[in-house]
Amino acid sequence: MRPGKLLLIGAHRGAILVYVVFALFPLFWLLKVSVTPNDLLYSEGVRMWPSRTTFEHFNFVIAHSAFPTFFKNSLIVSGATAVVVTILASLSGYALSRFSFRAKYWIVALMLITQMFPLVMLVAPIFKMLSPLGLTNSLTGLVIVYSAFNVPFATFLMQSFFDGIPKDLEEAAMIDGATQFVAFRQIILPLTLPGIAATLGFVFTAAWSELLFALMLISGNDAATFPVGLLTFVSKFSVDFGQMMAAGVLALIPACLFFLLIQRYLVQGLTAGAVKG
Amino acid sequence: MMHQPIQKHRPPLRKRLADASEPYLYSAPALILIAAVMLVPLVVGISYAFRDIQLLNPFSGGFVGLDHFRALGQDQAFFGALRNTLWWTGASVFFQFTFGLILALLLDKPFYGRGLVQALVFLPWAVPSFLAGLNWAWLFNPVIGPLPHWFVALGLMDEPHNILSDPHLAMWGPIVANVWWGIPFFAITLLAALQAIPRDLYEAASIDGAGPVQRFLSITLPFLAPTIAITVLLRTVWISNFADLIVVMTNGGPADRTQIVASYIFTQAFRRLDFGYASAIALVLLALLLVYSMLIVLLRQTMLNKG
Amino acid sequence: MASIDIESVRKSYGPFPVLHGVDLTIRDGEFIVLVGPSGCGKSTLLRMIAGLEEVTSGDIRISGNRVNDLAPKDRDIAMVFQSYALYPHMSVADNMSYSLRLRKTAKEKIASAVGGAAAKLGLEPLLERRPKALSGGQRQRVAMGRAIVRKPKAFLFDEPLSNLDARLREQMRAEIKKLHADLKATSIYVTHDQIEAMTLADRIVAMHGGVVQQVGSPLELYDTPANLFVAGFIGSPGMNFLEGRYVVPGEGKGAGIRLSDGTVVPVASRTGIGPDATVTLGIRPEHVVISDTGMLEASVDLVEPTGFGIILHLSLHGLPFKIFTLDREALSAGPTVRVDFPQKYLHVFDDKGDRVG
Repeated sequence: MRPGKLLLIGAHRGAILVYVVFALFPLFWLLKVSVTPNDLLYSEGVRMWPSRTTFEHFNFVIAHSAFPTFFKNSLIVSGATAVVVTILASLSGYALSRFSFRAKYWIVALMLITQMFPLVMLVAPIFKMLSPLGLTNSLTGLVIVYSAFNVPFATFLMQSFFDGIPKDLEEAAMIDGATQFVAFRQIILPLTLPGIAATLGFVFTAAWSELLFALMLISGNDAATFPVGLLTFVSKFSVDFGQMMAAGVLALIPACLFFLLIQRYLVQGLTAGAVKG
Repeated sequence: MMHQPIQKHRPPLRKRLADASEPYLYSAPALILIAAVMLVPLVVGISYAFRDIQLLNPFSGGFVGLDHFRALGQDQAFFGALRNTLWWTGASVFFQFTFGLILALLLDKPFYGRGLVQALVFLPWAVPSFLAGLNWAWLFNPVIGPLPHWFVALGLMDEPHNILSDPHLAMWGPIVANVWWGIPFFAITLLAALQAIPRDLYEAASIDGAGPVQRFLSITLPFLAPTIAITVLLRTVWISNFADLIVVMTNGGPADRTQIVASYIFTQAFRRLDFGYASAIALVLLALLLVYSMLIVLLRQTMLNKG
Repeated sequence: MASIDIESVRKSYGPFPVLHGVDLTIRDGEFIVLVGPSGCGKSTLLRMIAGLEEVTSGDIRISGNRVNDLAPKDRDIAMVFQSYALYPHMSVADNMSYSLRLRKTAKEKIASAVGGAAAKLGLEPLLERRPKALSGGQRQRVAMGRAIVRKPKAFLFDEPLSNLDARLREQMRAEIKKLHADLKATSIYVTHDQIEAMTLADRIVAMHGGVVQQVGSPLELYDTPANLFVAGFIGSPGMNFLEGRYVVPGEGKGAGIRLSDGTVVPVASRTGIGPDATVTLGIRPEHVVISDTGMLEASVDLVEPTGFGIILHLSLHGLPFKIFTLDREALSAGPTVRVDFPQKYLHVFDDKGDRVG
């Protein structure tokens, strides 16, 4: 190999290494502090790994704090939102993909606009509207709000998955004796499963991460989701870094699990929808 | 044969109705939800902008006309937030895009372990935004974070202190967190676009005598241009509205130096519970974004006409 | 098995008409090929028979029953798609049995139907595979198998061979023909390939611009094309056309066509055209005779040996003109050749493009 080419390869690998380190270092530090015993936290400062590790922070967070409740609330809210949105988006995505109808253009435009305007605008009116319905400080209220916010993007995502399934297959099924609905259930749906999984995961993560509306709509610990709980914890016990970071590591788990599941499809599949949305 | 009047054939009414309504039935649940939770509040919110709505004041609720907007005209914090929004959005988009493009180009070359590397560098994208904010706030914290100590070692700082509490530097905190968090989005989108470029184009260009730089300029860039335009535009709007990192890391401080319009709206609604004023600011933000979008559309039109 | 009647069927997408009134009666057991260039409306017609497209006006009857408002599933027809449209998540056997399972056919019956079809098509070793693991030709067979297990009233084929390579296409063409001889099922086959049309059809329906141009047996279309479109579309290499004017018989001379250089090509006398009318003279490349005493001289542009025969590309009065011959001597043709047009092979079309006489 020519030395010039070797140098180029070296530079390429070096650059990639820089990116990997930049991407992972913050998460590594989170993990590091979460397993550092309190007495070493200040004395060992910038050391890359503590001389002694401990799970006491995790123990405390799981056994003696409200985090399990937050975790459970977030699971319920994110899970319910993901299911609701995926069902609605499958239907609307199917309509956009398979039918040409008069209002289609307007529906697409409406959904695009909801992606453009600042959601923070809606914080006050939504609070005012949900409050008399008893939907503030309630997980149901959050599920409704999050579902609406995520339906447009999920619709585009599902549409792109449906677009990837040739129309011939449905027609073949209809000629084979299926009604449109049976064709949808037996032919289209099984083929869209990866897309459905991706949409579920996407919406779940989005709902898991949402902060502003949760802060606004939820007061009190009982209905607090993970972000709300963590922020309250941070402002109350701002010196218990080990515990905060242990809680942070826990909050990371579902997101990372989902990420590992879909990262294979990321570049091929999701961007089609991502660019549209 | 061609001159016969065409008799429109009419299937039974019920079948026609069923056929025509099918797509609407499929999309109705989604549309109803969007209308109820996004469009109605949007209209309500616009009406709030002209009313005195304070959550804690039971006597509020009256129509105040343009009072909020007059107050806004005098509100130095708002104009500061406007400047900060430009700075925050511009710097975030610029660095996210630049580093995202470089990453996409690096990943477009096959090498051993590419799959794993791809998963690792895209990981920040999956981190919930509030956690990304907290994580970086801790990294900047001299008590437990390494960054201030490294800055001192590099001679950038005299003694380790938190840049998030330094009025001149504080904005860099959320921007760095945002860049870290947003690089994967650009990289993923651009990588997909890169991989959609037919490989034989590069081969043809090589045979025609184009070097790597010429190949990049004459093939890669033109092919990426539409994707770049769309993602940068959408991302600009999105980031200018993205208040999570700022709310988590600095809450707009110190001395409003990191307050952007979106976080200012949230502060008015959430901390002061002044829904009327918050809605007035939101309306101005909406108008600004509309103007921005119109400008982009106009720009595109003129560019298309030239082309 | 069934007959299919198409009565003044029209189709338009909004204000854009794609079919301008088609009338066609397909007899029980007949193999009909719809042929024409892309966009001629042949696929639309097929899809309307299948129930995949709405009929704008007119009636479609299968075995005498009007089916306009019947869903595809209730028409009892089978269709082979260009893309094969095999269900990717089902095995070959499941693909083939899907229609029977939807009809809740008894298990044993399904097994024997699938087994029978698989045996006919040589698919037995592949029954448990997924479509992804099959070659193009095998997929094509599965698509055929899926159609024949049902014993439907009619088979519809939408360009089923166009994704195969040349050799496989030839082979499948023969198999489809054998299958039809075996099953005697009413079949409608859409293609843009005139060779497929010629070899497979009992009757060909040539279409162009949403209008049926001619219906007839393959040889009828070949020997007596109804108009310039059919004449040019059927046959390869395509028919040669020369512009000229009709010379009425008289003064001891027969009828003829006067070409631009003044040469009069004698033709059989025709009725229905007046003296000096503008006409187009057509002759197929294989019917042109090369002869030293030929009445026309043409310069040789190109000699194309195909192995089987030789195609000579000529210029006649500055216009391209082709000859197909089996005679190897043509390989050494000089810079010019003289040609003759045997009268019985000449076609004459009037200024509207319709056949005369």
